[in-house]
This record gives sequence, C-alpha cells and structure tokens, in this order.
Amino acid sequence: MTAIPIRPDEATPPVDKGPAALDVRGLKKTYGAGARAVEAIRDLTFAVSRGELVCIVGPSGAGKTTLLRCIAGLLDVNGGTITLDGDAVTGPPAGMAVVFQEYGRSLFPWMTVKQNVELPLKEKGVGRAERRTLVADALEAVGLTENAGAHPWQLSGGMQQRVAIARAVAYEPSVLLMDEPFAAVDAQTRADLEDLVRALWRRLGMTVLFVTHDIDEAVYLGERVLVLSNRPTVIMEDVTVDLPSERDQLTTRSAPRFAELRAHVYELIQQAKKGQRPDEGATKLEE
Amino acid sequence: MRILKQLAYAVALPAVLIAIWWVLSADSTSYYYPPLKTIVKAFPDTWTGDRWLHDVVPSLVRLALGYAIALATGVAVGTTIGLSRTLRALCEPALEFFRALPPPVLVPLIALFAGYTGSTSKVLAIALGCVWPILLNTVEGVRGLDEVLLDTARCYRLRAPARLMVVLRGSSPQVAAGARQALSIGVILMVISELLGANRGLGATVVQFQRGFQVKEMWTGIILLGLIGVLLSVLFRIAEHFALAWYRGLRQSDRGV
Repeated sequence: MTAIPIRPDEATPPVDKGPAALDVRGLKKTYGAGARAVEAIRDLTFAVSRGELVCIVGPSGAGKTTLLRCIAGLLDVNGGTITLDGDAVTGPPAGMAVVFQEYGRSLFPWMTVKQNVELPLKEKGVGRAERRTLVADALEAVGLTENAGAHPWQLSGGMQQRVAIARAVAYEPSVLLMDEPFAAVDAQTRADLEDLVRALWRRLGMTVLFVTHDIDEAVYLGERVLVLSNRPTVIMEDVTVDLPSERDQLTTRSAPRFAELRAHVYELIQQAKKGQRPDEGATKLEE
Repeated sequence: MRILKQLAYAVALPAVLIAIWWVLSADSTSYYYPPLKTIVKAFPDTWTGDRWLHDVVPSLVRLALGYAIALATGVAVGTTIGLSRTLRALCEPALEFFRALPPPVLVPLIALFAGYTGSTSKVLAIALGCVWPILLNTVEGVRGLDEVLLDTARCYRLRAPARLMVVLRGSSPQVAAGARQALSIGVILMVISELLGANRGLGATVVQFQRGFQVKEMWTGIILLGLIGVLLSVLFRIAEHFALAWYRGLRQSDRGV
C-alpha cells in the first residue's frame, strides 16, 4: 500500500483548486469583556475552495458552534475577516444556507414541508415557476416528494433533517454550513443521511462546511478535515482525506487508509484535549 | 360518530343540572325564586325585538369593539416589548402592577374622563380590562420564541414581514391563552361598565329588572348572559381550533416520542 503522507505544516490549501468560496483569516472571538472575558477562538485561518467538502472536528468545547455561528454571520467577531465569494461577512450573507443540529426546532411547525422549503426562495425573490421546480427537485433529491404536504412534526427525526437539507439545497447557496446535523438522529438514519450529503455534494457540486464531533463521520465525509485545538481555538492540523471520492459505508470504513486517517485525527483530538497546541509539535501521520 | 359522542358528553351534565333545577323549583312559591318553567316562559316576552336591538346588540358591539382594540394593542405592544430585552426590563414591573389592578375599579375612573352615558367609556373599560392578559402573554410568547427558529429566519434572510410572521405565528399559542382569559374578563366588564349610569344595555337591563322587582325577567337576563358567555367561548374555540391546529399536532407528536 502506498499512502500519500500528510503534511501537517501545510497551512493553506493547494492553490490549484480554484478560488476560495469561503476564506477565514485570523478569526478571533472573545465572549464578555475585561477580566471575565473568555477567549473562545484565538486565531483561525483556513479557506474552503469552491466545490469542496470540508469537515471541522474538535474536542467538545472547542468552539465549533461558535466558529460556525461567526461564519453564518449570526455572531460578531472580535478580529480577523470572513469572506464569502469575495465579500466580507458582517451579517447573514446571501449565498449561505445553514442546517442546524436541532432539526425539529429549525423548521417552521405551522408550515408544510413544501412551504418550509419554499419560504426562503420566496424571500430571495425567485419566481413562482422556478420556485416550484427548485422545491420539487430538492424534495425529490432527499426522497420526500410524497411528504410535501405534511407538517414537519408528522415526520420522523431523520425525515425532518432531510427537510432542512432540502431547504438548504433548494436555496442554491455558495456555501452550505452544517452544524452537527446528525448528532441527534439514530445511528442507521445517520449513515443514510451521511450518504445523502455525499451524494448531493457530488451531484450538485456544492461547497460544504460540515461541523461534527464525530471523527469517523468527518473522515468519511470530508475531502479535508480541519482539526481544532481546545479553547482558545486554533487549527491543530489541516488533514487531507485522500480516500477515493466514491465512498460507501462498508468498503470505505473498512479500508486501511480510512483507519489510518481516523487514528491520526483521533490522536490529534486526544492531544488537543490534553491542551497541546499545534506549535508544540503534534505527531505526524506516518507513511 | 366521535363528534356525536363528544357532543353527548358536553351536553350531559348541563342537561342533568337543568333537570334538577326544573324539578326542585317546580313547586316554588317564593317570589325571588320562581319555578324554572315560569322563567323559561317569560324569556321570549322579555327579550323581544326592541330589547335585542337596543340592549343586547349594542352591548355585544361594545364588547367586540373593546376586545378588538385590546387584541390589536396587546399584540402590537406585547410584540414590541417582547423583542427587546431593554424594553422588557423597563416595562415588566409596571405591567405587572396594571395587571394586578382589578379591572372593575377602573370603570368609575374611566367614566369620570369619558363620561357616564356614552359608549366610549364602556368600550374603553372593556379594552383596558382585556388588554393586560393579552399583552403579558404576548410578551412571554415572543420572549420564549425558539432561538433556532429565529436564527433560521435570519440565516435565510427573511425580510421584515416574513420575520414578523414568524414571530407572530411562533408566539400565537401564548397569545391565544391570553386572549381566552381576556374574553371572560371582557364579558364581565361588558356588564359592569353598564352598572354605572347607563339605562340601556344588557347589564343595565338586568339591574333595572332587579330594582323593579321583575324577578323572573331578571333571571332570564342572567341566563341570557350565561348563554352569551358559552357561545363566545365556543366561537373562540373554533377559531383556535383552526389557527392552532399545527400547535396541537406538534404537542401530540412531542408527547408521542
């Protein structure tokens, strides 16, 4: 087996992947002020190229959700810049869709599945005919065509999260943010939804930033895995996932390379938990 | 079939109570406590066209007007306060004070300013009494809106009307709870506002019957008021049934899981 070594000191992604859809530079976020201030994120720099699927993992309390909320424009930052398609993010940007972990709470319960998917399009000013096609396509892509007229609370948890994904996909965002979207569904549903995200990503060529606390999920889904340190957060390592792009739950997860990458990310997380920082020489993945 | 069964349940106890009243009062010779049969017989003669037109309808119109004003004001002000943490901290103690005031004490006060005889003072009294439960429940409902729902609305850049819709629909179960409370307060105030210096109106008529020793007519007035109360609450429930169908479903599915 010839595995390609991973170079942990490579801070910027390969340039040949085209212009960055999302660019985060020197991001800094502190909660509170004065003596009581809590430094959540110290210095984060990374870029996500157009069409890339990047996963972010970190120990619990690493500020994953804080980072995502900053990128989504829901939180003000204390330093650094976030750029989406060349425009600085100061509030929720136009070209971004978010899928939250709390699927049941992010869908409007008084609307049907179809209305939930359609509302953001209406607000975006998409015409009626085009809206209808987008909604129908998105619902078909997540396998919910039959349930278009149902209310979210009539569906199972996994189906509700599919609705949220359909809403995000129909919105045609430049970047799709997913905040631990499958943390609250059961294991089997979770595997299905992971494959759904992979399939949608490959089919539609979206740019996806996927936050998770699950190492397996991150390696299985991502083209790259950004491993975060513990608080105050910096990037431990930017791991390139050199698995074939055709992935499935059985063969990919039992591939030796998958095990290596998984072990490597696992080690990084363990080091991060102990408080080790990247500049203190984290272990490198062996060939 | 299920509806018939529910209807049977709903009607059973009132029917029994009426039957008991009917039997117990049948041989009554007391002037103040006439047989139910006599009262029922007096009903059509008492509530004739003229009384409907000049007492019942004006009272109900005043109730509707006062209630509508309270609903609009309560939801508008409540939403504004509920959305702002600063406004909430500023207003809540004062609001609690106004809610704690028994609404009937305002009636004489309002009459001083808006006059004893006109409709204005009565509508005002109803509105002022009804507004507090609606307002406070709206504040609570808006404050308790799900963060994730609001974040979703922000992320998808919903414009102001759609965002307001999210706020209103999201808080509507709480608003409805306040509106239901307000409705019964409204009926009470409709009567009480007519006790001071009014000679026409449903409440005023009942008081005049009592003062004129027209006891069986007075009884019919009380029964009519009760029936109006029941009718209004049924209407309210029907409206709520349709407007909050999603909330019932949501609650049921929460319990089921």
